Amino acid sequence: MAHSGINVLFEGTNFTRLLLGMWTTFKIAAIAIVIGLIIGIILGILRTFHNKLLRFVLRIYLEFFRIVPTVVLLFLFYYILPRQLNLHMPGTQVAMLVFALWVAAEMSDIVRGALISVPIHQRESGLAIGLTRYQLYRYVLVPQAVSLELPATINLITRVIKTTSLLMLISVMDVVNIGQQIVEANNQKYPTGVFWIYGLIFLLYFLIDYPLSWWAGRLEKKRLEQANGE
Amino acid sequence: MANEVLKVEHLEKYYQKKHVLHDINFSISKGEVITLLGPSGSGKSTLIRCLNGLEDFRNGEITFENKKVVPSEKNWQQLRQKIGMVFQSYDLFPNLTVLDNIMLGPTKVQKRNVDEVKKEVDELLKKVDLLDYKDAYPRQLSGGQKQRIAIVRALALHPEFMLFDEVTASLDPEMVRGVLNIIQDLADQDDMTMIIVTHEMNFAQQIADRVLFLKDGSILEDTPGKKFFKDPTTDQAKEFLQSMDF
Repeated sequence: MAHSGINVLFEGTNFTRLLLGMWTTFKIAAIAIVIGLIIGIILGILRTFHNKLLRFVLRIYLEFFRIVPTVVLLFLFYYILPRQLNLHMPGTQVAMLVFALWVAAEMSDIVRGALISVPIHQRESGLAIGLTRYQLYRYVLVPQAVSLELPATINLITRVIKTTSLLMLISVMDVVNIGQQIVEANNQKYPTGVFWIYGLIFLLYFLIDYPLSWWAGRLEKKRLEQANGE
Repeated sequence: MANEVLKVEHLEKYYQKKHVLHDINFSISKGEVITLLGPSGSGKSTLIRCLNGLEDFRNGEITFENKKVVPSEKNWQQLRQKIGMVFQSYDLFPNLTVLDNIMLGPTKVQKRNVDEVKKEVDELLKKVDLLDYKDAYPRQLSGGQKQRIAIVRALALHPEFMLFDEVTASLDPEMVRGVLNIIQDLADQDDMTMIIVTHEMNFAQQIADRVLFLKDGSILEDTPGKKFFKDPTTDQAKEFLQSMDF
């Protein structure tokens, strides 16, 4: 067993480095998600207002982030922005910015969709008891929209976490980047090391994403059961 | 008129090109109960929705308590605290308990003291026999129970004037009586000013001080309730009463 590939994981500080890489990945994803969700909810609400210009601008924003591949966005912000705008940001911050803007765009669409699917009578009942527009959203529409949109939001979060595997392309020391380095450094000694390293990375991503995905499925099922029970 | 609550003058309503309300004129005084009758599609719901700003109208004027209503989001929001409305589709907010549904208006809109409102809501719930359901969610209630709560929710704001838009039309027959009794009590005990759109003819006959008969968007008759049911003036109203078979 001396030369079994699995030992590559425990050679030197490899294991800790991989976990630290995963932590970096997780941190970037978490910050981007929190900021993105907050901005996305606000933009989603604005997109249900009647102002045509506002809606048009936000629509363009959404389509831009939805159509342009994430890799391209990362390169755009990492290589082009500093050169054109003289704005120098470390890779981790660029990553957070890009992911937050992406989450905000996708979230705005989820929130808008959920808000407009709250029945019109709910809005009218709210207005009829004298609620202001703010109160109507705060107490009636948004809480109902949240239960509609929660599964889609969780799915968005799992997608964001998955997509962080692209971060190595802008030199962020994330788990994939570190794994790559370990593979290259140990190629001679552990020819099958690549399998174990990526196996571990797979497992780490799975451990984070699977519970989320399971939760989303459960919520959706519960919501449907409740809706049918009405 | 001295105690005139609401006056509507020359009101016109269009949906795009379609002319749905033609030159509507009437007024209602304090404590008066008007039932708005007419065939389906005659514009009854549209008319009372105009009276609390859920529909905009093209021409005409609405005067509430001797003040001309300038239609704007802000003004209607203020007025709706005085003009309560209950709908056919008894839409309680499914995310809130019965109590919170009722408390929302008084505490958030009118910023009244929570404990005081709670006490008052208990009284109201007792009156409609639903005190035990105060912590229930709307999905646990029957249609009739929901509609009774919807009425309480509107009353909790202390409105001066109530609009009822076919509030029993989507209820099972055995639920109708309970809801109508509450409205009857409002008329008898609280002397509430009301406009009621309904298809329950017996109820309309019982409660109406006045009947407005609407057809194709025009008011064809504006007569005291007793006269309307005994001896309507227009052929259209006669025909309508015969068709209702009550």
